[in-house]
Amino acid sequence: MTIPATTPVLEFRNVNTHYGPVQILKDVDITIRQGEMVCLLGGNASGKTTTLKTVLGMVVPTSGKVLLDGEVISGLTTTEIVERGISMVPENRRLFARMTVLENLEIGAYLRSDDLTEDLERIFELFPRVKERLAQKAGTLSGGEQQMVAVGRAMMSRPKVLLMDEPSMGLAPVLVAQNFDIIERINKAGTTVFMVEQNANMALSIADRGYVLQTGEIVLNDTAENLLANPQMRAAYLGHTE
Amino acid sequence: MSTTRPITDFETKDVLIQSALAALAISFIAAIGMLEEFNNRILITSLLSLGYLAIGWVPILFGYRASTEVAIEGVDPPVKGPRDLFVGGTVGAIAGVVVSAFAWLASSVDLTGIFIHTGPGMQSVLTFGQGIGFGSLLMIVFCTVLGIFGASLHVMSPTLRSIIGVALGTTIVIAIFEADVKELFKGFRVRGATSLLYTPTGGLTIVSAAAIAALVTTIKVYGKGHGPNAVYERVKQHHTNQSPEIRRRNSWLWGAAGVAVYLVTPQILGKSLSETAVTVGLFLVLGLGLNIVVGQAGMLDLGYVAFFAVGAYGIAMLTSPFRPAQWIPQLDFWVALPIVVIVAAFVGILVGTPVIRMRGDYLAIVTLGFGEIIQKLFLSDWWKPVVGGAQGITNVPSVSIGPVEFAGANSKMVFYLVAILVAGVFVLSHRLQYSRVGRSWAALREDEQIAEAMGINTVTSKLLAFSIGAVIAALGGALFAAKVGSVFPSSFKLLVSLVILVVIIVGGLGSLRGIAVGAIVLIGLLGGPTLPGLLREFGRFKLLIYGVILIYMMLKRPEGLLPSVTRSRELHHSEMTQDAWLDKAGDFEEEEGVTT
Repeated sequence: MTIPATTPVLEFRNVNTHYGPVQILKDVDITIRQGEMVCLLGGNASGKTTTLKTVLGMVVPTSGKVLLDGEVISGLTTTEIVERGISMVPENRRLFARMTVLENLEIGAYLRSDDLTEDLERIFELFPRVKERLAQKAGTLSGGEQQMVAVGRAMMSRPKVLLMDEPSMGLAPVLVAQNFDIIERINKAGTTVFMVEQNANMALSIADRGYVLQTGEIVLNDTAENLLANPQMRAAYLGHTE
Repeated sequence: MSTTRPITDFETKDVLIQSALAALAISFIAAIGMLEEFNNRILITSLLSLGYLAIGWVPILFGYRASTEVAIEGVDPPVKGPRDLFVGGTVGAIAGVVVSAFAWLASSVDLTGIFIHTGPGMQSVLTFGQGIGFGSLLMIVFCTVLGIFGASLHVMSPTLRSIIGVALGTTIVIAIFEADVKELFKGFRVRGATSLLYTPTGGLTIVSAAAIAALVTTIKVYGKGHGPNAVYERVKQHHTNQSPEIRRRNSWLWGAAGVAVYLVTPQILGKSLSETAVTVGLFLVLGLGLNIVVGQAGMLDLGYVAFFAVGAYGIAMLTSPFRPAQWIPQLDFWVALPIVVIVAAFVGILVGTPVIRMRGDYLAIVTLGFGEIIQKLFLSDWWKPVVGGAQGITNVPSVSIGPVEFAGANSKMVFYLVAILVAGVFVLSHRLQYSRVGRSWAALREDEQIAEAMGINTVTSKLLAFSIGAVIAALGGALFAAKVGSVFPSSFKLLVSLVILVVIIVGGLGSLRGIAVGAIVLIGLLGGPTLPGLLREFGRFKLLIYGVILIYMMLKRPEGLLPSVTRSRELHHSEMTQDAWLDKAGDFEEEEGVTT
């Protein structure tokens, strides 16, 4: 697989973050290019979720910068960052369970005041099932349908980069496969995807490139193919099975 | 299966538990003095006083409960018959024995040190004034008969049960609300009806009670399908079938009818009922305001009375000729009102800013503190030069529009003002609920972190809820001050905050219609923190009854009387839980604890 030679969309430059005195991210450098799907792998407490929170401005780096389209976004509020084109599909989907599917999608477009019909149509095209469920309470959907709505909700703000937090978390294997299929389709349709995942095998099978995070440091950084073949990687994250 | 069950076919333990509960309830009602006090109020001459009604429902309820068995799916329901009546009677009899024993205990041992009301008065009522020997027998018969009656309600067909229920209920309601019915008769200019129904000394006559019951029964039997619901449905059907032009014309007609009702209502209600309506209206305004903070934005605010106080004091400080701070210019109500509103919004933000980072219990405790602080400040020597300390501010002028004066003592006039405020706040609440801001509140209430990740500015959104709630409370407070004519720190106790909260919880958090029902039921019937409601006799026992209602609601109907659809669904989620969202159930449980 070749790395697309387009410009970087999202960049981490020497990012360090702290929770109080405790350092979480250590000199993290990540570059995500237009149209790519990049995954960030790592075990528990390696700093994966903090990385996403840093992108969204929920955690402010103590040093270093996060750039979107070459502009510094670290230090802006979450609202401003979302406005500039980043949105997230949270871990465990976390829909607003008591609101209808349509209301969930509308909240995704909270910061936009223009017409939503076109975006809704695009989401219905990707996920025809969502259209059938529009008036239903989001909490009553099946796991797979919830994932579609969660992705749809994030897409409603027309993001330049879509963040995915552990899309395989707590799901049955069939649903995990379905999920990765959804992510692949979103990416093929032109959205840059930055995914955080523990399920390294699954993630690398669809991603272009991957970063491996260990106790806050990037220890590996390569194409998905190379990572899958990397012996160090196989020992630590992929298990020994061939 | 169709054979009659032997009358001894029951669990002794269950019967004993029900009897004990019944006896406990009756003895408790007697011991707190309710029985004796209510006994002076005659409902039906020489037949029923409010006191005996207050204990009479107990054997009926427990007789009914003891004889009713839970139908289990897959098993034929137990055959109804003499066995049920026997069980009901047994429960009544045992309860009667225990209550008599309690009466005997009270007469032989002095219990007044613990329960001040267990003196001779109570004993006399409990023994029907017949002395402990014969009186006990009468009490046992009384409870047994009512227990059998309760059980027979279970045995009889549902149609008959509903007829008896409605007939009895209507008669008792007409008897209890004697004073208000008389007022209404006066309002409708049919004073003659009063002497027809009631005796001069109070209470229905046996004949009139029987006539009411008979009339209601007749209506219930022959009026099937012509009830208010059926009529409403027919009107609605008719309405939707019509062309848009006619509908538009009709909506004008409806509007005109609404205005006519608005103008006529206080004249028919008369002075004292208007007064009650005004109180209900003020609490409805406060309830709707608090609902924005608690119901819509999901922040439990226990210090809401502070904003009510800000509104009331604001108007008093700016409009009263006796304002302690004479250097403040004396303004007209309508000039002062916008200033008060702006100040209230500012105070809302001021109080909100430090607390919005907190959630649930912590937020509740901190807001509770703020409410208390504000009351203490109004009471303090420090602020005395401006707000008058414990003496408060008196002579707050009433509101007037041009030559029309809405004098505080003239509750009919004040009704017009309050009704407009209620309507305005109702419309505002409704619009907010479906607005962009309302959407953001809903998202915040559901999942604050995700709401933030969606780009919702949680800080602004929460502060907005706080300050809109504050402004609404201040409007209510301003009107309150102008109506009552004086403000004192003692009017703004914690109890007011709690009562408002109880109103919206009992009515149905987040449901506007529910809050209206809650305000009418609690404030209208039982009365506000200081003002009496329609059930004047209950005044002293108001807080007890509030507590009972609240506990009952939390156990049996946590979503409120008229719940919003979402909340009802949330609280009964187990009934519709699908495997797909089992993993979400945990989150729901947590939120219940926070929002209720």
